Amino acid sequence: MPKWFNPAAVVCALMFAASPFFIATSPDERDLGMVFKIFYYHMPSAWMFLLSAIVCGVASLRYLFSGDARRDRTAVSAAELTVLFGVITLVTGPLWARRSWGTWWIWDARITASLVGWMIAWSYLIVRKYGGPGSDKLAAGLAIFGMANVPFIYISVNFWRTIHPATTVVPKLPVDMSWRLWWCVTMFTLLYVLLLKLRVYLEQQRSRVDALYLAVEG
Amino acid sequence: MFLRAAWLILRKDLTVEVRSREIAYTTVFFAVSCILVFAFALVKEGKPPDDGAAGILWIAIAFAGTLALGRAFERERQSETLRALLLAPAARPAVYIGKLLGIVSLLIGAELLLVPLVALLYQAPLLRHPAWLAVILVSGTVGFAAVGTLFAAMLVRARSRDVLLPVLLYPISVPVIIAGVRGTAALLQPAIDLETVRFWIALLLAFDVVFVTLALWTFEPLMTD
Amino acid sequence: MTLVRRLMVVLLLVLGLMTAVGHAQEPPEQQGQFVPAESLPQRERMPAAPLLISAYAFVLLALFAYVVSLSRRIGAVNADISRLESEIKRGNRA
Repeated sequence: MPKWFNPAAVVCALMFAASPFFIATSPDERDLGMVFKIFYYHMPSAWMFLLSAIVCGVASLRYLFSGDARRDRTAVSAAELTVLFGVITLVTGPLWARRSWGTWWIWDARITASLVGWMIAWSYLIVRKYGGPGSDKLAAGLAIFGMANVPFIYISVNFWRTIHPATTVVPKLPVDMSWRLWWCVTMFTLLYVLLLKLRVYLEQQRSRVDALYLAVEG
Repeated sequence: MFLRAAWLILRKDLTVEVRSREIAYTTVFFAVSCILVFAFALVKEGKPPDDGAAGILWIAIAFAGTLALGRAFERERQSETLRALLLAPAARPAVYIGKLLGIVSLLIGAELLLVPLVALLYQAPLLRHPAWLAVILVSGTVGFAAVGTLFAAMLVRARSRDVLLPVLLYPISVPVIIAGVRGTAALLQPAIDLETVRFWIALLLAFDVVFVTLALWTFEPLMTD
Repeated sequence: MTLVRRLMVVLLLVLGLMTAVGHAQEPPEQQGQFVPAESLPQRERMPAAPLLISAYAFVLLALFAYVVSLSRRIGAVNADISRLESEIKRGNRA
């Protein structure tokens, strides 16, 4: 593990520990009330979900055209993280929605597209596990299409008549809400980088095991 | 040269299909059974659900399309013609386009039968605006088949290929199906809203361009061992 | 230009057109801005608390569970590696 890993992990843990305190003291939103505070964890998770889908797609593209195994390891790791942050986003969202929109789920453009993106990441993992030989390339192809879904998720709220808040809310946040948001975004991004590094390390060790098995048998 | 190769592959597929009619019959039969199952399940007191026709039509197309894709490439695998195609001095993207057009022709042929059937069974005025409906069906079918052809070709040499094709295909083609359903449903409204229909068609065409481009770009590295 | 490159250009043009069309449309009725509340009626606060707490609890639990799963998997793989390496060393010595 690189030298920056442990200090960064400590910083991240401290940021997470501090976050509930300043989120509890943040102002409520005028129309949405206290449940709005889910926003501080829901939105960074959603950004990490989309970021991870892009990382997976780009790594898959580079893997397809270069054949470099490191890219493949990054792609698998990013796919798993996409599923993780996708679950977090798709659970915190309905918990917020139940209070503000009165319903757990709604089939609007962004939410449906996010669910689809999450399922694509999940099917990536299924293909890797059960596809047999050649499944790495198959899954890479899938990830590229999944990445094409991401801009669609992001801009869909601006196109459709939808109940989900638009992308304009972030730039227009007042200061006492925005610093908390950016703290959480930094914290989640740092967490994402750490988790990705760890997961790629796991893949590296697994390929070492494969090489060692070959050496033992040979 | 590129188009000629694609045309030759398309002609080969169509010739095989016309002679054996295997995929055509099985696909149409399966789609019809799908529609009947939905009819039995959803019709209450002799009346079909209000907006059901659009959704049922597209679900039947999606299921039948998956079957046709699996079958088309299974045939290639059995006769080992896919390897021959890849060894041929034709650009790989041309092979893809040829297979894609073959699948699209097959599905459109099936749709020509399915649309009147759905219109009849669900009392839905699907044929009121045939030109718009044709545009929606063709662009939706191309989008679905673009992803499907790519994945079905890749899966030819994989294990558990029958299970994996739906696993790979459905999440990605869901946006295309949604756009197709909403566009068709907009056509079924008593007072047609052309702006909505045009919007969904624009979205379907955008999907077509994105999917076909991505597929052309990745077909070569994906089919190489 | 190859066919694929030409298609990429078409793709970018289509995406650009879509964005332009999208901006030209009427923006839908939705929240454009979050506004902080000065104060809220007391009864508004109660039902939200369980949802808020469950949301945060879920996030932290999910992240924790993932980190635990990851460290378990890494531990298993590293154990495999040390076992195999000692086998190879024994094999070399023998």
